Amino acid sequence: MSEAAVSEAGPTPGVDGLVDDWSADKQTYHVPWGKAMMWIFLVSDTFIFTCFLTGYLNVRLTTTQPWPPQSEIFALSFGGDPIPLILIAIMTFILITSSGTMALAVNFGYRRDKVKTFWFMVATAAFGASFVGMQAFEWSKLILEEGVRPWGNPFGAPQFGSVFFMITGFHGLHVSAGVIYLLTVAFKVRKGHYEKKGYEIVEIAGLYWHFVDLVWVFIFAFFYLL
Amino acid sequence: MAYVPLADQDAETEMHHPHSWVTKYVWSQDHKVIAIQYGGIAIAVGCVALVLSLLMRMQLGFPETFDLIDPSSYYQSVTMHGMIMVVYLLTALFLGGFGNYLIPLMCGARDMVFPFLNMLSVWVYLLSVLILMASFFVGGGPTGAGWTLYPPQTSMAGTPGNGMGIILMLVSLAVFIVAFTMGGLNYVTTVFQYRCRGLTMMRLPLSVWGILVATILGLFAFPALLVSAVMMLFDTLLGTSFFMPAIIESGTPLDYDGGSPILFQHLFWFFGHPEVYIVALPAFGLVSDVLSTHARKNIFGYRMMVWAIIAIGGLSFIVWAHHMYVSGMNPYFGFFFATTTLIIAVPTALKVYNWVLTLWEGDIRLNAPMYFAIGFIFTFIHGGLTGLFLGNVVIDLPLSDTYFVVAHFHMVMGVSPVLVLFAALYHWYPKVTGRMYHEGMAKVHFWCTFIGTYAIYLPMHYLGFLGVPRRYYAMGTTDFIPESAQDLNTAITIAALFVGVSQLLFFINIFWSLRNGKEAGPNPWGSASLEWQTPDTPPAHGNWGDELPTVYRWAYDYSVPGAHQDFIPQNTPESEEPTVDDQHFDPDHDVSKADL
Repeated sequence: MSEAAVSEAGPTPGVDGLVDDWSADKQTYHVPWGKAMMWIFLVSDTFIFTCFLTGYLNVRLTTTQPWPPQSEIFALSFGGDPIPLILIAIMTFILITSSGTMALAVNFGYRRDKVKTFWFMVATAAFGASFVGMQAFEWSKLILEEGVRPWGNPFGAPQFGSVFFMITGFHGLHVSAGVIYLLTVAFKVRKGHYEKKGYEIVEIAGLYWHFVDLVWVFIFAFFYLL
Repeated sequence: MAYVPLADQDAETEMHHPHSWVTKYVWSQDHKVIAIQYGGIAIAVGCVALVLSLLMRMQLGFPETFDLIDPSSYYQSVTMHGMIMVVYLLTALFLGGFGNYLIPLMCGARDMVFPFLNMLSVWVYLLSVLILMASFFVGGGPTGAGWTLYPPQTSMAGTPGNGMGIILMLVSLAVFIVAFTMGGLNYVTTVFQYRCRGLTMMRLPLSVWGILVATILGLFAFPALLVSAVMMLFDTLLGTSFFMPAIIESGTPLDYDGGSPILFQHLFWFFGHPEVYIVALPAFGLVSDVLSTHARKNIFGYRMMVWAIIAIGGLSFIVWAHHMYVSGMNPYFGFFFATTTLIIAVPTALKVYNWVLTLWEGDIRLNAPMYFAIGFIFTFIHGGLTGLFLGNVVIDLPLSDTYFVVAHFHMVMGVSPVLVLFAALYHWYPKVTGRMYHEGMAKVHFWCTFIGTYAIYLPMHYLGFLGVPRRYYAMGTTDFIPESAQDLNTAITIAALFVGVSQLLFFINIFWSLRNGKEAGPNPWGSASLEWQTPDTPPAHGNWGDELPTVYRWAYDYSVPGAHQDFIPQNTPESEEPTVDDQHFDPDHDVSKADL
């Protein structure tokens, strides 16, 4: 039988061995189908955000007007002097914290602790929802008070508003979808839906969530700091 | 990690057995039904594009004769013809159609890994087609910006369909990308994770390799199109200036400032060039299997064919700007992209040599699929050679906006993939329907198509050298174009009408044969690959009956010395038939030489 043939051969050294192993008659990746598919999807999604950010950097170079000072626009005052980027810093902190709770949820999932998994997933979703809430606050402040529009703004290059709404909007959609996804999985976990199938689904949802956080780090660096 | 054969693992999805006519044929989760749905929609929308091209040819061949075609409808026809053929016909038919049908059967799987997502994919694809077709019925008609949709002219006055037309086009593309992503994730995951016992990657038929790499290209390239579509939608709907510079329209300055039209071209071609290979790689794969089966000989240099597919896929991401030599780039970019473009000719030429060497001393059976496959080798070499001209900056500059380019890309990514499509449709028709097509009619169809397309595109190269510009509604009279060019245009139009009408033979054939074709039996071609070894023909739901197959050899054991017949199915154990496949990767042992 074929097992005999495979096990007798033994590992081949070098690149040939790598190719042999990778292309053998078993699953190429030792992960569930859903996890493999999520990884491939995330690579594809990476290309989307890369194109968005590259497009943003390009129009920032081609635009004829000066780029607005982000640190002043995104400053917030709590009674005293305005603190630059304070809201964005809080949002970033919250999103990164949510990655921590997500990792705990994955851990408790594999320990088959349904209650803790559920609550850590709900906490993650709550962090995500508060992120989206603060984003809504930021948007309405910019639109209503500062007069920033997709087609123009009082500070300088019109592309500033276009890029801001497009990129943070697209990322915000990802976070919102993630919150719905996390809550769906969390409630199914609580019902014991995955007792038989195993809790890889928590990790798969976590992969997506970490990805969304990672993307935010790049948006933070390239759009807010640069 | 312990070795766990796939077949011994628990299936992760339960089979969704259809219970009624609706779940069996309409909301079906069976990859074979989905494949036929994809194929049917793609071919139907392809017919629309074919009619559009004939309208264009009638205008060019007989100017000032037809009231039906005015400059606007001419440009709309150019645009819709191009976009439909490239995206909605070729991409959808190769990946959605053949990918869906062949991947699970060739991998020995029961279905795709996520059948529900697969079903969603085809219905979202239908939605994108409907949105695209809707643009024919809105005010201003479909967009006439050319299939590349270059801004700023897409949304400027004077371009037909600059309102709803372009919006519907962009929305339709975005929806198509969603559909493709759902399908594409399935195809890739299925090939990686759901192969049957014994089926190593290096035993996969080249069809699967071609479709796999093309799908990966699609998953990485379509994001650029999605992003450019979103940004252009913003420019059109919200008045942003991503792609729109400060510009004056009919004497009035528009409210745009500081955008970059070149950015769109980069994003578009970062999608657009891999797209060429999204269409070409499945064609390479399918034609390899057809050639090998009908030549009764293993494919020459299988491992090199696989590496060539991977190399072409990788290189296709760093050649995009060769579409932009005339756009005004830094000349050093031109040098870089010309170099990478010419390097891509190496693995491509390797594949052509290997196809020819597969035919060499083969026991060639000239069935209709073989006609189309050999015809493909001709048209592909032809289009590939003119590609070497256009890949060089200095030669491309004068030729770029002439009919030479039209002739080049129609030979290499129009006619060539379509010939493979016909080869593959005839080749797998007996498996899909259980009946044989009409051989004579298929051969007449081949000769009409093959000679007809040469009659169309060979003269176009000459028109290009004369400097006849492409995308012109009418030439009028100019000093540098001789009047005889018009005679040539008339001849091309007659040939095009002939080819267009002769495609009816194909439709008559496949519909007539559904009822009246001979019973095909399970394996009419004597093919070694797995999809011909199913217990039922056409394969039943679940494909393999009670037990998944086990594979003992590659898909190309033809004319093996000492075997009982001139092919050995992939699932025949070593104990029953000799093994000659190259699983042990011995570089000194060249299987290809075994039967020379």
